[in-house]
Amino acid sequence: MSTTSVPAAALPAQKSGQRSGPSDRAKAETRLGQKLVAPAIVLMLVVTAFPMLRAIYLSTFDYALTAPDDREFVGLGNYLTALTDPLFWQTTGVTVLYMVVTVAVELVIGFIFAMVMHRVIFARGVIRTSILVPYGIITVVSGFAWQFAFSFQNGFINGWLPFVGDEFNWFGETTPAVIAIMVSEIWKTTPFMSLLLLAGLAQVSEDMIEAAKVDGATWTQRLTKVILPNMRAAIMVAVLFRALDAYRIFDNIFVMTAGAQRTESISFLTYRQTIEQFQLGLGSALSVLLFLSVLLVAFLIVKLFRVDLAQARQES
Amino acid sequence: MKNRIGTVVGCLLILVWCLLPVAWIISLSFKSEAAITTGSPGFFPADGGGAGWDNYQAVWDNEQFRRAILNSIGISLIATLLSVIVATLAAYAIARLEFRGKKLVLTISLAIAMFPVVSLIGPLFDMWRAIGLYDTWPGLIIPYMSFTLPLAIWTLSAFFREIPWEMEQAAQVDGATSWQAFRKVIVPLAAPGVFTAAILTFFFAWNDFVFGISLTSTENARPIPASLSFFVGADPFNRPASLLAAGAVIATIPIIVIVLIFQRKIVAGLTSGAVKG
Repeated sequence: MSTTSVPAAALPAQKSGQRSGPSDRAKAETRLGQKLVAPAIVLMLVVTAFPMLRAIYLSTFDYALTAPDDREFVGLGNYLTALTDPLFWQTTGVTVLYMVVTVAVELVIGFIFAMVMHRVIFARGVIRTSILVPYGIITVVSGFAWQFAFSFQNGFINGWLPFVGDEFNWFGETTPAVIAIMVSEIWKTTPFMSLLLLAGLAQVSEDMIEAAKVDGATWTQRLTKVILPNMRAAIMVAVLFRALDAYRIFDNIFVMTAGAQRTESISFLTYRQTIEQFQLGLGSALSVLLFLSVLLVAFLIVKLFRVDLAQARQES
Repeated sequence: MKNRIGTVVGCLLILVWCLLPVAWIISLSFKSEAAITTGSPGFFPADGGGAGWDNYQAVWDNEQFRRAILNSIGISLIATLLSVIVATLAAYAIARLEFRGKKLVLTISLAIAMFPVVSLIGPLFDMWRAIGLYDTWPGLIIPYMSFTLPLAIWTLSAFFREIPWEMEQAAQVDGATSWQAFRKVIVPLAAPGVFTAAILTFFFAWNDFVFGISLTSTENARPIPASLSFFVGADPFNRPASLLAAGAVIATIPIIVIVLIFQRKIVAGLTSGAVKG
């Protein structure tokens, strides 16, 4: 703890923007700063960069834990196997579907939640707390709750929904099973989205909205011409974070269908190959492909929507 | 006036949507096993289909489940503590010092926050088995720390930036030693931020499932979410829904208590960490 008190005394001046060559003090500051962030960097890299390199290495072998002695170098063979398998493309398609639908729905619901949290004057604490409740629930528990709710044996949803029969089995076909998984995912993660949007909403100045009102703008006009454009940065960051999170969907699928009825996501496929079938070689190839596809999704979102991450980090 | 009614209806809808599944799993946990096996599609336990506290008793008597609770609490608390210490150092440097590599730290933590966790389980599974960390507490604590650091660093550096650090010098001018100035002025100001980061970190560790199922194999280190998903009961073809519900409720109670108490801090932490408000 004493280390943190040192710079306060030694370095009273922050934000020294002069570019007149590094002084001793600036050098000392750099050294101290690097020392303070070093443990965090090492920890983050030990568990990500190093295993990722190892995954790249392992992916070039035909290597199964069931027969560790038959390890054999196959070059890009595992990638060829994965990329030519229709299963890989089918799971990628389902994953993209999960991502697009849940993010779109959450954006709408999350925005309504944020509006209510922002505007509501009565019972503010109760409403804010209830919106946070799904955020605190373990994803696995949310998966169970919705699975049992959709179950035709023990669930209430068939009885409540007018357009499905009482005997309808949600987990018997791909489409309803995917919908059930999406509902659970949306329920669990909307709070996160609405909190990010709430932060953006708080930035829109009331004066501007008031001015628009005085000038005769309707509610819709105020929303689309004043509020939304002014919270663009917040919306983009929320979309980016949630989209990447949704692309990695795993827990809900594991609990609700265990990948049956072709509801498998790319994360689930990778898990199944590696941990359940001990195919470390092929599994590692899938890991690398998953990593690359997340990079691609992130890149596309940042480029398409021109997300300004510096602004999100308030780093200018 | 129309606006007012709309808000009230909106609020009610939100409450129902957010709390219905919670009410449902609580209701489910009070249904008897016999009622579940024959099928009881109502929201509330039917007459004669209630089980009282039997399910909770059964879950609590289950050795495996008790171990899982202990594992989850231990692993999550240790990971939270260590992660917050490391993140505090880093966030302090980011918020207060000018140094080369600052951008790099922020970029790395952003990248880690978006990292596909499942990509790592293969190689980690292999490495952990080789060095003996497989199925142990540290084997889970290390990955939890790495993946909670980004959120903790972001939240903390946003908080630290708001602290009026000049007050420390003011205290020194008034005759306080630098240690006194740090302890009496800076610590009370920084504590809420550190606390918020700790809550968010704890949530992550408590919620994790991927590492929990792939890096453990016995009740040595298996946390609650993994334990719940492997909980099959006596009849593997018929999952004991009411028992699972009771287990789920028990696993959720600590988190709900935290949400109820620290609602304001959680909102502040999540919103200030991501977008400047």
